Amino acid sequence: MKTIKENLLKKSSRRGFLKVAGISAVAIGAAPAIKAVSVASGGGADSLPVKTANGESLTAKRWGMVIDTNKITDEVVESVIAACRNAHNIPDFNHTPDEEKYPKTRPANKNQEIKWIWEEHYKHAFPEMEDEFIAEKFKSLPFLVTCNHCKNAPCVQACPTKATFKREDGIVIMDFHRCIGCRFCMAACPYGSRSFNFRDARPFIDKINPDFPVRSKGVVEKCNLCAERLERGEQPACVEASEGAIVVGDLEDPSSEIRGLLNENYAIRRKQELGTESSVYYIM
Amino acid sequence: MSKNAIIAGLAVFVIVALFPFWFNIGRTNAAPEVELSAKAKAAKQCVLDKYDMRANHMSLLDDWRDTVVRDSKRVYKAANGKTFNMSLSTGEDSCMGCHVDKEKFCDKCHNYASVNPYCWECHTDPKEVTQ
Repeated sequence: MKTIKENLLKKSSRRGFLKVAGISAVAIGAAPAIKAVSVASGGGADSLPVKTANGESLTAKRWGMVIDTNKITDEVVESVIAACRNAHNIPDFNHTPDEEKYPKTRPANKNQEIKWIWEEHYKHAFPEMEDEFIAEKFKSLPFLVTCNHCKNAPCVQACPTKATFKREDGIVIMDFHRCIGCRFCMAACPYGSRSFNFRDARPFIDKINPDFPVRSKGVVEKCNLCAERLERGEQPACVEASEGAIVVGDLEDPSSEIRGLLNENYAIRRKQELGTESSVYYIM
Repeated sequence: MSKNAIIAGLAVFVIVALFPFWFNIGRTNAAPEVELSAKAKAAKQCVLDKYDMRANHMSLLDDWRDTVVRDSKRVYKAANGKTFNMSLSTGEDSCMGCHVDKEKFCDKCHNYASVNPYCWECHTDPKEVTQ
């Protein structure tokens, strides 16, 4: 003990000791700050994963759809519905299940059909506009109806798990993983655009498209405006199959094709009086 | 008097309580080895390194699905510099694009660990389509 004390006294003064102690304290205190700065300036940036959108994806401020009722014929309706079916693995209850692959499939209940885009009569699509002496053509014209991707979507407000939500670009979309099948959204939707899976859909899908998942029993589903195709830079399946009758684009962009169409033609929306602010317009 | 009955009862209890142990003596319950597809072997590196992947793939998938569905971002540039399509079963650079055989890859461990993730109720096993 004595020798150490003597050494200290001999080799370092109190002044020297305080100097060393002070510098050490500053160094210890500054270490986290130096580390943070070195990471922020790119020192450790390459070790963090980065998530980005696909480069060629189509984007909009608010996606909308215009359906030209003059161009909708029975053939167009058929091909549009078929295209949507194939793109999203939507079951067709008229399809006869493969006995070998799915033995003992009980017959389908047609009331439980799954609809993303479907044919409707004018009087059902626009019930409040069924005027007394309306043009004769509206009584027979096929109308295509689908999810309206409302600005004030009642289904989004009704969903207790946030499985249905509104994306920033206006698409009302579902996270099937989160859906608990409570069907509040189906009660809330004034357009009947949502369907519940009462049973496994696989036996009633003619050919499974591997690019899109099937839905499981107990989940609600609806049109997603082909969000997965938009992200690949492709137009929605219905637009491709419609021979120009359906146009999808940015409602907030005054120079978009869809805004041009709305400027030149008289277009109506379904059940506007409800204040849902639908994003699907019908050119009459 | 009741000493024998108590001892007998205790013995029975111990035997029953230790059932899982003596029942499995002499059986081989070695953990299964996953079989990597030729493509996965050639790629050498997955999204994370092997042990991280083994322990955390479920959190990664959970994170991916939220990012894809909610933020519409689908491209993942991993820490090791590789890019992946954030998808379980669609496309070449998705999980199943590389690990093509669900039975030899996913199911082997899941069955052993007795976990039943519901992925395949909706997602398509690539083999299901080609059959």
